[in-house]
Amino acid sequence: MIRLDKRPNPSKAWSYSTPLLAVLLTMIFGGLLFAALGKDPFVAIRTIFYDPLFGQHAFFYRPQLLVKAAPLILIAIGLSLGFRAGIWNIGAEGQYIIGALCGAGVGLAFYPTVSFIIFPLMVIAGALGGWAWAMIPALLKTRFGTNEILVSLMLVYVAENLLRGMAVGLMKNPEGFGFPGSRNLAQYPSATSWISQNAGIHWGVVFALIAVIFAYILLTRHMLGFNIRLAGQAPRAARFSGVNPTRLVLFCLGTSGALAGLAGLFEVSGPAGQVTTDFNVGYGFTAIIVAFLGRLHPVGILLAGLLMALTYIGGEIAQSQLQLPAAAIQLFQGMLLFFLLAVDLLTNYRFRPKQGAAA
Amino acid sequence: MKKRTLLKGAVAALALAATPAMAQDKTKVGFVYVGPVGDGGWTYEHDQGRKAVEAEFGGAVETVYVENVPEGPDAERVITQMALDGADLIFTTSFGYMDPTINVAAKFPDVKFEHATGYKTAPNVSVYSARFYEGRAVQGTIAGRMTESNVIGYIGSVPIPEVVRGINSAYIHAKKVNPDVQFKIVWVYEWFNPAKEADAAKVLIEQGADVILQHTDSTAPLAAAAEAGNVIGFGQASDMAEYKDGPRVSSIIDNWAPYYIARTKAVMDGTWESTNTWDGIGPGMVGIGEITDKVPAEVKAEAEALQASIASGEYHPFTGPIKKQDGSDWLAEGETADDGTLAGMNFYVEGLEGEIPQ
Repeated sequence: MIRLDKRPNPSKAWSYSTPLLAVLLTMIFGGLLFAALGKDPFVAIRTIFYDPLFGQHAFFYRPQLLVKAAPLILIAIGLSLGFRAGIWNIGAEGQYIIGALCGAGVGLAFYPTVSFIIFPLMVIAGALGGWAWAMIPALLKTRFGTNEILVSLMLVYVAENLLRGMAVGLMKNPEGFGFPGSRNLAQYPSATSWISQNAGIHWGVVFALIAVIFAYILLTRHMLGFNIRLAGQAPRAARFSGVNPTRLVLFCLGTSGALAGLAGLFEVSGPAGQVTTDFNVGYGFTAIIVAFLGRLHPVGILLAGLLMALTYIGGEIAQSQLQLPAAAIQLFQGMLLFFLLAVDLLTNYRFRPKQGAAA
Repeated sequence: MKKRTLLKGAVAALALAATPAMAQDKTKVGFVYVGPVGDGGWTYEHDQGRKAVEAEFGGAVETVYVENVPEGPDAERVITQMALDGADLIFTTSFGYMDPTINVAAKFPDVKFEHATGYKTAPNVSVYSARFYEGRAVQGTIAGRMTESNVIGYIGSVPIPEVVRGINSAYIHAKKVNPDVQFKIVWVYEWFNPAKEADAAKVLIEQGADVILQHTDSTAPLAAAAEAGNVIGFGQASDMAEYKDGPRVSSIIDNWAPYYIARTKAVMDGTWESTNTWDGIGPGMVGIGEITDKVPAEVKAEAEALQASIASGEYHPFTGPIKKQDGSDWLAEGETADDGTLAGMNFYVEGLEGEIPQ
């Protein structure tokens, strides 16, 4: 018989190796799934993981990987700060939308002026928009003790309706023949976040890397980072040591909101280009998975974001080249999180032969 | 700016470097879908068109598709990837793929693109759509005759001219046969979202609608109508025949197969040109699904007569006198709407309540 013993401390070795183990298990069971669908599992796995990086058209996919991963990483870094402190911002999708609307609003208001100052103003507006949207659940929590999970989530739907109103109303392209959607900011040089479209570099990619570095320094070298970790791991101890919970909530929700807002602004002024009725495609929710897949660690999130982007892009290639159904790819992505959570058991518990069973 | 031009050149060079993959004997045709192929509506019919292309040309043509592609940057990546993989002709089958299609087309001048329901063309980009409003006229006639509560519910998807046209056409013809009819319209801002579509149908039924018309892609509104009982609906984009014994009394069917076959043939023959196609019931791009026995024989006959007169070109669904919602004149007695006005239609006709979201 085998018995599960809780480890006194989570195993360091396992906490690093479980994500790899989860990826491996996903490949095995995903391969079985693809085989059951009548496709060669080795070809399918190679198409998803290898082809975007080293295949024939990798010159196109590698930059795309950055474009797809940047918003995920930027949002997930913000979320991870709160998650570490036990503050659950589930509404990053809404903050992403509002950031995009505020930033795009500034850019559209200046159209067609040419000035180097427009884009920096848009960045500020985007960050402020996301921050302000996150302040709603933050203030409601600190003032009235409401649950930030519910409030932030509900605000996503409010933001979506605002987005639709803007796309068909105020921000609609006056030269768009009555069709919804704003002017294309990617074609407005003073307002685009693109640095090099072919290299897949826009300001969001740059900011994502900066965010990773700052979060790393914050968590390992700064008192505030220590307080965040303490509040999550030992709330009582944190209170005794003088951590101000109100300030922590405002900081964590505010930062994650601002980063999500930035992600939205960079997306709307670059890859997406336009405010459209369905501008948001779920980055704010996928980022939650990325944050956990990356162990809430900045470097982990960087890698997890790239991995997630790889499964999206590889999944699309597998769809079009092997005619795998989209649902199989989604199942494959779901497996990844499922196995990660499952093998987490190894980090916190160990297997022991049951004593006395041998006798 | 100079840097940008240089980079554009680089991409063109890369695109050229990728052309050996295109130099194959088989003609490769790609399809990008907004929903899943099993949506039972819009995407399903496009996929039927793809299958028809395969059946028509057999081994000479290879088709590929990607489903559930969000409109926006993801679409641009998927279209590019198809072009890189050697597609000769790519059909992008949702309105929101318009800018991505144009962007990718600029990078792949040798690949032909066909965008459904949009308005932007290029030397290698054609647009095509169907005159769904002709089907709406038939649908409106049946709906106006069948309603007992005189409230007809309409699920609008995205407020673009195509959808507004459908609402106007259905309303004009419902009103013609039933002056007391009233339309209630709910916008869901998506093409395919079964949960939202079902909610919208339920709300409309609660508000007294006993006929549900939809411009969304799933069968969820029909399922909601079946659940409510005593409510009828119509198949949208596809026949949705599985609801024939239930609420579905007829349908508008998009028949893309002949167009897809013709365009594929044109690429194979080297005669493909950028065109703007807008066909209706007459050429067969819009079909009316079987009208079931729930509909009284005289209503059925009336609907079929209308269908025949539209098909022959004898009758135009937008024939004056028609006023706009604000009471101003639009079409004088006997005047018919021109295609330009229809293509950009952004107003309701007189009698409709509410506003187009803007």
